[in-house]
Amino acid sequence: MAVYRKPHSLEDISMHFCPGCTHGIVHRLVCEIIDEMGIEGDTIGICPVGCSVVSYDYFACDMIEAPHGRAPAVATGVKRSRPDRFVFTYQGDGDLAAIGTCETVHAATRGENITVIFINNTIYGMTGGQMAPTTLPGQVTQTTPFGRDPKIAGYPVMVCEMLSQLTGTAYAERVSVDSPAHINAAKKAIRKGFEMQKNNQGFSIIEVLSTCPTNWGLTPEESMERVRKEMIPYYPLGVYKDITAENK
Amino acid sequence: MAKMTVLNDKCKGCGLCVTACPKKLIVLRKDIRTPKGYCPAECSDVSSCTGCALCYTMCPDCAIIVER
Amino acid sequence: MSNERMLMKGNEALAEAAVRAGCKCYFGYPITPQTEIAAYMSKRMPRCGGVFLQAESEIAAINMVYGAAATGVRAMTSSSSPGISLKSEGISYAAGCDLPCVIVNVQRGGPGLGGIQPAQSDYYLATKAGGHGDFSVIVYAPSSVQEMADFAVKAFDMADKYRMPVMILSDGLLGQMMEPVVFPEIKNNEPEKDWACTGHNNQRRHNVVNSLYLKPEELEQSNIERFKKYDTIKQELPEAETYLTEDAEIIVTGYGAAARIARSAVNAARAEGIKAGLIRPITLWPFPEKAYADTVDTAKAYLCTELSMGQMIDDVRLATSCRRPVRFFGRTGGVIPTPAEILAQIKLIKEELK
Repeated sequence: MAVYRKPHSLEDISMHFCPGCTHGIVHRLVCEIIDEMGIEGDTIGICPVGCSVVSYDYFACDMIEAPHGRAPAVATGVKRSRPDRFVFTYQGDGDLAAIGTCETVHAATRGENITVIFINNTIYGMTGGQMAPTTLPGQVTQTTPFGRDPKIAGYPVMVCEMLSQLTGTAYAERVSVDSPAHINAAKKAIRKGFEMQKNNQGFSIIEVLSTCPTNWGLTPEESMERVRKEMIPYYPLGVYKDITAENK
Repeated sequence: MAKMTVLNDKCKGCGLCVTACPKKLIVLRKDIRTPKGYCPAECSDVSSCTGCALCYTMCPDCAIIVER
Repeated sequence: MSNERMLMKGNEALAEAAVRAGCKCYFGYPITPQTEIAAYMSKRMPRCGGVFLQAESEIAAINMVYGAAATGVRAMTSSSSPGISLKSEGISYAAGCDLPCVIVNVQRGGPGLGGIQPAQSDYYLATKAGGHGDFSVIVYAPSSVQEMADFAVKAFDMADKYRMPVMILSDGLLGQMMEPVVFPEIKNNEPEKDWACTGHNNQRRHNVVNSLYLKPEELEQSNIERFKKYDTIKQELPEAETYLTEDAEIIVTGYGAAARIARSAVNAARAEGIKAGLIRPITLWPFPEKAYADTVDTAKAYLCTELSMGQMIDDVRLATSCRRPVRFFGRTGGVIPTPAEILAQIKLIKEELK
């Protein structure tokens, strides 16, 4: 008999995320992979500031909270001191692509053998809906009340495109979790990141297009629609770098 | 025989499972409140559930168990 | 390298002692006048199975230390004044997570970019304002190349013993000068770290390294617990060297490089018949208040000397309960006071006391 239920490495507690927020789906995918690979006892996770700030309570592996944006540096310290362990970071767009851009780029260029789960929902969720580095042009947020004007606030940071230019990046893929098919593809990508870490192949990043129904002012279903209609066209899904494919 | 169970202490009534169900079997129970105050999801026709688990796949809160 | 006497630079002696003390990970960023520590580690660490990594920034370096310390290994970073400002965030997080680690500050003149010559302008930064929030770090102040080595070992031991960051507050003079050094015997003082995030191997519940408490009462309680630890440290750890203080009328006080110069001035004053003495704090936090309190009945005045505009003088006034005048003499911005300048100040105070 097949049973679909909460993976073991996800703690049995109700997560704090708002109704319909896709953080929970990504948490589950990461934990399903940890379970399937049998590595819960060998994994150390790092969650910095943002909506993932209390996720150390959700992942059942050893967990470290990091200062805002510093997760890749903390992960570097962890991985270098314990190279036999699986190390992942779970970061939002403000964390990874604004305050932590420097740490992200340098962990990637060093080919740090870690897996980065990057949640791109085009907004700062935890602080209540301010402009993120990934906020789309024209998007209304608390700090872009007239819509993001690139002349004033610049353009979105295209993380996978940027990091795929670095030699140290082994794998970069952008996925979405707006439908069961996309969720299955996202799981495959995250699995690939962990597998590549297992094979000491270097830095992997999986960018997950996600929703923030609360701060977008949309229902969960409308939010999924926005991912499909507005986000995927701007942030095309796909593999941006894969050294294992290049070697073939 | 497939069985879909909703854990009311985890369900936040977001409705993503409702749209995910290919047979449109899931409804939100407007007459019930979970301990957190949400209207939980429920399978309205147990005998028609195929156990495809797409509701489980879409659920952000691990509030659904599917056995088949 | 054996335990024989060697002639070494302060920065290199500190680095070698850290390795001998079991430092497994060093993360740093180049900045004068501490760069010899990083350069030494880059050669030494690969030979002993340790980790050397040049970080992309001071912020990244301290966060790498934070990550390594969270897995339970002995980890260290070093920098100089402007770089320590950048590390403040990480130091606060390490303190909030009760992570043992060692931070070395080879001070230079400030504020801003300041200069690259020796200074002691970061006393407040080290002892009062190491970052945001309610916390302190243990601060050791070496005054010789020998102590650069000795205190590196001590710093790791105390960091582990009390589960907190320890700072070695040195300066460009001590970092750059060469003196003979004998490396201390290493006792294995590294405790079991059952709190560390090493992967739980399915043997225990997950460990969490964290400084977030969303409930005010829980955060308050965690701070109260930490300050109980600080109270113990204030009982156990204060350390100072006293020199000719028993009959001293005028007590000169200073730490690190300033204490070396002050000692020469005290000797010169004694040669001229002035009863001068020296108190040299070795721990700056906790401040060795007793060394001052013990002299306050017999001394008539204190002279605080620093390579700054006057920072430690506040603690000297508190430690003497303001019962005696505390004068100040300092040079700053990288200017080193001479023994003659300090002797002149001692004589001035002697005149005032008549």
